[in-house]
Amino acid sequence: MHNDLNVQNLIKKFGAFKAVDNVSFDVPKGSFFSILGPSGCGKTTILRMVAGFTEPTSGTIAIRGKDMRGVSPNMRPVNLVFQHLALFPMMDVAENIAFGLKRRKMASAEISRRVGDILERVDLPGYGEKRISQLSGGQKQRVAIARCLVLDPAVLLLDEPLGALDLKLREQMKVELKKLQAKVGTTFIYITHDQSEALVMSDVVAVMNKGRFEQAGSPQELYREPATPFVARFVGDNNSWSGEVAERAAKAGDAVTIRTEEGFLFNATAREDCPAKSKVDLFLRPEAIRIEPKERQGLNMMRLGVKAILFDGANSRLLTATPSGHELLVSLPQNRKFDHIRPGETIDAGWHPESGACFAARPDEEAAAAKAARKKATP
Amino acid sequence: MNASRAAFRLFLIPVLLWLFLLIVLPHIDLLIMSLRGKNELREPVWTLQNYMNFFTEPIYWLTFVRTAIYSILTTAITLVIGLPTAFYIAKVGRARMQGFFMILLLLPFWVSELVRVYGWMILLRESGVLNFFLLKLGILHRPVEMLYNDATMIMGLVYTSMLFMVVPLVSAMDSLDDGLIEAACDLGANKLVIWRDIIIPHCKPGIASGCIVVFMLSLGNYLTPNLMGGKNSLWFTEQIYNQFIASFNWNQGSAFGFLLLALSSLIIWAGLKVTGQKLGEAAS
Repeated sequence: MHNDLNVQNLIKKFGAFKAVDNVSFDVPKGSFFSILGPSGCGKTTILRMVAGFTEPTSGTIAIRGKDMRGVSPNMRPVNLVFQHLALFPMMDVAENIAFGLKRRKMASAEISRRVGDILERVDLPGYGEKRISQLSGGQKQRVAIARCLVLDPAVLLLDEPLGALDLKLREQMKVELKKLQAKVGTTFIYITHDQSEALVMSDVVAVMNKGRFEQAGSPQELYREPATPFVARFVGDNNSWSGEVAERAAKAGDAVTIRTEEGFLFNATAREDCPAKSKVDLFLRPEAIRIEPKERQGLNMMRLGVKAILFDGANSRLLTATPSGHELLVSLPQNRKFDHIRPGETIDAGWHPESGACFAARPDEEAAAAKAARKKATP
Repeated sequence: MNASRAAFRLFLIPVLLWLFLLIVLPHIDLLIMSLRGKNELREPVWTLQNYMNFFTEPIYWLTFVRTAIYSILTTAITLVIGLPTAFYIAKVGRARMQGFFMILLLLPFWVSELVRVYGWMILLRESGVLNFFLLKLGILHRPVEMLYNDATMIMGLVYTSMLFMVVPLVSAMDSLDDGLIEAACDLGANKLVIWRDIIIPHCKPGIASGCIVVFMLSLGNYLTPNLMGGKNSLWFTEQIYNQFIASFNWNQGSAFGFLLLALSSLIIWAGLKVTGQKLGEAAS
């Protein structure tokens, strides 16, 4: 299976700042690849380099096996759906979609046939005559995508195109985009800071932080087996504890016993090598915590005070706190079993050691920077 | 609600007074004057003779046509120079530099037009700065008179009008989303197509208002054509001046004034018609 996009050792510096730091990835033909990361992590820079608007400092970008260095954006076989869509307000829908085809000097009969086809495909038949200002947010979205798809690009790049839509429409467009991608079979590269967009639509998600890929894998892998604490925090909700390894050292994948800072002794699973007595971070998903479990054998048990019920249908949670005040989110299954729980009550909760993911603690960047500054000050 | 309406009226009154006393009233007077003349017995009568003179005397209508064509040419040249200039200021130059560039454009307008035109004359005349250097460098062997021809006059008019073209263009281009240019490029457009299909259509209102102002300023300019064009480059405003001041024929001068007004209205109307715009849009 050949790849539509190969990116190797891509680096982009803006002055001293490394926006993209040695990123490599391949996107197989016909797949939906997402780059997920907080704003400022460099994901837009990668996209702009693939589209050709920014030149990489070093590294190669190859589209369908062809190196793109020095190829200007208008000559690349990729198209970009802009964050704010950038539809041409001075043209109607059909002219917008025909814009790229006209640049290819196509006969006008052929252009209007293709425009009609693509409008049909994005479920906007007969919208050709409309002005851009007459369209709703979701319709504009589809026109922007149609405008690119009509050119049959090797890769379609999407720069947070759902960001400007309201929540309801965003949920709907997520499903539609996924369906559309399956229908047309074009390779999509989608960047977003919204983890739910990435998880719902993608075949592969790369989680990006500070210019690097933390982990790339299927949405399920990212959620179930995060490779780094950042991924654990960023993908899905997670409760976290700081603590240290209580007894013996653990290799990645082994069971490990953790003493948290508030004095709990938990059995968990090490996701990376954790030396004895070393500082670690423990992550636990809200749905991994079971309320009043019948079988308590082998579970980590704790008493939790209920502070509030965060009712949100199937996604309802309890906001709870340990006796020493550490706040935890606990999933509240809506099977009527826990309807009796009221704020202020105390509940027993337990979780399986396999659900607790343990990582070596990483001193955050600021602490590291402060330490470096202190070292410099005292020679 | 009532208070705001009263305030609105209060502020409207001076505007209406201004319009009526300084623009409508004098024009009515001029119109009447242009339709008056003297018969053989030197008695004042109503006549179309003043307008007839214009059409029967070739020097008048030739100057008139010349002025119109050169004003259009000036506007076109100003637009052609102004578009890339405005694009650079609004889009290419850094945001910090934008104010600096605008001041550079504005600076010449702190001195009066008369001084600016004399500045050009010092540069370009036979014993001027430019000739001096060209002689020194051996490019010329004999000083050349660069003033008093059509090309110099048009250059002067373009120079005088540039600000009035660039300012509306910069504000029009400021409102252009960079994404549109990038999107066009991404879809395969080259620079020419981006200018033709994206930038110019977006800037249409700015272009129209800039062109209207520059055209009217050029058409009604007296100083620059008079000083830089000299005797060889007659401008219609000079004809009007001559009628009023030299010949003391106010009736004829008024008729010329009205013809110029009709001309500028006609050309602006035609221009808006061709580009499919409304005056209100261009002026706003």
